[in-house]
Amino acid sequence: MATITQIQEVPANDYSKHGLTKEKLRQMLQKMLLLRKFEEKIEELFIVKGVLIGPSHLYLGQEAIAVGAMMAMEPTDLTVTTYRGHGHALAKDVPAKLCMAELFGKSTGNCKGLGGSMHVAIYPETGSLYATAIVGSGIPITAGVGLGLKLKKSKNIVATFFGDGAVNTGAFHEGVNMIALWKLPVLLFCENNQYAMSTPVKRAVSSPSIAERARAYGMQTMVVDGNDVVSVFVAAKAAAEKARRNSEPVFLECVTYKMKGHGVYDKGDYRPKEEVAEWLERDPIKVFKERLLDRNLMTQKEIDEVESATQREVEEAVTFAMQGEALPFDQIKRYVYAEGP
Amino acid sequence: MRELTYADALREALREEMLRDPNVILLGEEIGVFNGVYKVTRGLLDEFGPDRVRDTPISEAAIAGAAVGLALVGMRPVAEIMYMDFLPICMDELATQAAKMRFMSGGQLKVPMVLRTQYSLGRQHGAQHSQFTPAWFFQVPGLKVVVPATPYDAKGLLKSAIREPNPVLFLEGGLLYRTKGPVPEEEYTIPLGKADTKRKGDDVTIVGVSRLVGEALTAAKKLEEKGVSAEVIDVRTLQPLDLGTIVESVKRTSRLIIASDDIKTGGVGSEISAAVIENAFDYLDAPVMRVACPDTPIPFSPPLEQQYMPNADKIVQAADQIIG
Repeated sequence: MATITQIQEVPANDYSKHGLTKEKLRQMLQKMLLLRKFEEKIEELFIVKGVLIGPSHLYLGQEAIAVGAMMAMEPTDLTVTTYRGHGHALAKDVPAKLCMAELFGKSTGNCKGLGGSMHVAIYPETGSLYATAIVGSGIPITAGVGLGLKLKKSKNIVATFFGDGAVNTGAFHEGVNMIALWKLPVLLFCENNQYAMSTPVKRAVSSPSIAERARAYGMQTMVVDGNDVVSVFVAAKAAAEKARRNSEPVFLECVTYKMKGHGVYDKGDYRPKEEVAEWLERDPIKVFKERLLDRNLMTQKEIDEVESATQREVEEAVTFAMQGEALPFDQIKRYVYAEGP
Repeated sequence: MRELTYADALREALREEMLRDPNVILLGEEIGVFNGVYKVTRGLLDEFGPDRVRDTPISEAAIAGAAVGLALVGMRPVAEIMYMDFLPICMDELATQAAKMRFMSGGQLKVPMVLRTQYSLGRQHGAQHSQFTPAWFFQVPGLKVVVPATPYDAKGLLKSAIREPNPVLFLEGGLLYRTKGPVPEEEYTIPLGKADTKRKGDDVTIVGVSRLVGEALTAAKKLEEKGVSAEVIDVRTLQPLDLGTIVESVKRTSRLIIASDDIKTGGVGSEISAAVIENAFDYLDAPVMRVACPDTPIPFSPPLEQQYMPNADKIVQAADQIIG
């Protein structure tokens, strides 16, 4: 019988029990800061400097999910994400400079500038397999990836990330049913950031909760504080083990909030001010830093060092991106069809 | 040479490719326990087991999506969609995901998958189970679209499609499943993108698509009785389209008819016509003619459906109009 488990906050005394050494915690903070600073830079390049154009869906405020999830999985595990994928890309070790060059539309980007922001998380070299720009469509694809891994008797699993909006698509229902029916080694991370564009969950989802809907498919389901990187890590670790050992899917509803609007140009002013303020208080990076300091797990000096190192990485990524060139137009045809067997 | 039905030729292609490559797997509705609605997959579940011949729920979007995911991790899925009319349900996964993955990823991804389906025009299946809509798909860069007309081609083209590193939409003719033709026992494949000149002629080129290749050959015989020599070309694949063979023929015959079971407006014939006009305008002595379905949904009533369908007589009439 599928159940819904509410993941409780892990007391700092238990961190080491979960394998969270000081070094691991430092890595977590470093990754989260990289995501944050990368996107703050993007926002600046779009809005202040006008250097970048096109849609760009920021992950600000949701960093704990991608970072907690990726750190709980093996580097050889695979991911399928979406157009809000900068965070998943960086957390899955796609080099920041390749991501930045892709956003700039340069041939030095991981997708040679042919994909752009919405597909920047396509980098199979690190297991960041795919990023779709159509809501819900990644879930059936993940079913196929999971089936492939199962048939090949691989030790790897696949995780897919999507928003609360996706749970109302046909592709979600068809895909989740298949994943549950065939017991595929899949983790489904629903990042419930409360709004699908401007539409709040309660105006779009008929079920009492998203977790309740997932449970109805017969999957083990967890509800986790998506603004707490340690909670996400602990939940994802348990889920990954289940998926890997028993070949069965686990659904994780990660409750979070996007700090900004739907896209980089959206101010998100359809949301109540008090609600926004309340969630900003729970900024996952702010909360994590405070906890690390409170429990003497990191010093302010160590945190500052991580801050400046990640800032440097982002600046270097921008320099790299600006040095590149766009692909010559006459070459784009070469990428339509693969050659050979 | 031995003769096989079109359906049996397809099954032989699937079986041989499954024996040749353990990564080839089949998935679709009713393909396993039920042996396939048109029995193309008959016996394959028994031979290869449920891991390689997988019955799916009625979830066309997820069948196509799962095929995409399987292909991304190195499998060679061959998914079956029962009727071509169900393809729009998986349009996103096929046209917006599979077809664009290689491009959007800057060449990082490869999607070696085949989506097999069939159209049942002529089998009294009505407006929602009969349509032939290749133009909705051959306009999508990144997809290949295959339209075999004979048992020989069905087998050789399907084997090539399975070995392709790209997503292939494989369109079978429902009325063709029981037609018989020579199929050699020894191994062969037919490359995608090479048309087949079925009959040489001097006065008019008739390009046939799928079921209408046979009708075009019947028309050519009737025209011969009138002293008209028709060349018949089977396109075999719509994407890539072997325009070279068609243009070369038109340069000799100066007249062109395209016969296809799709809707005339914006159909396959429209594209071939435009491409020939661009490439061989000066060689044409008469208007290019399209023999296709009228712009209405497909009627159920058997006599109405018969009148609706393109056939050899309609091809002959088109020829009569342009040969003075």
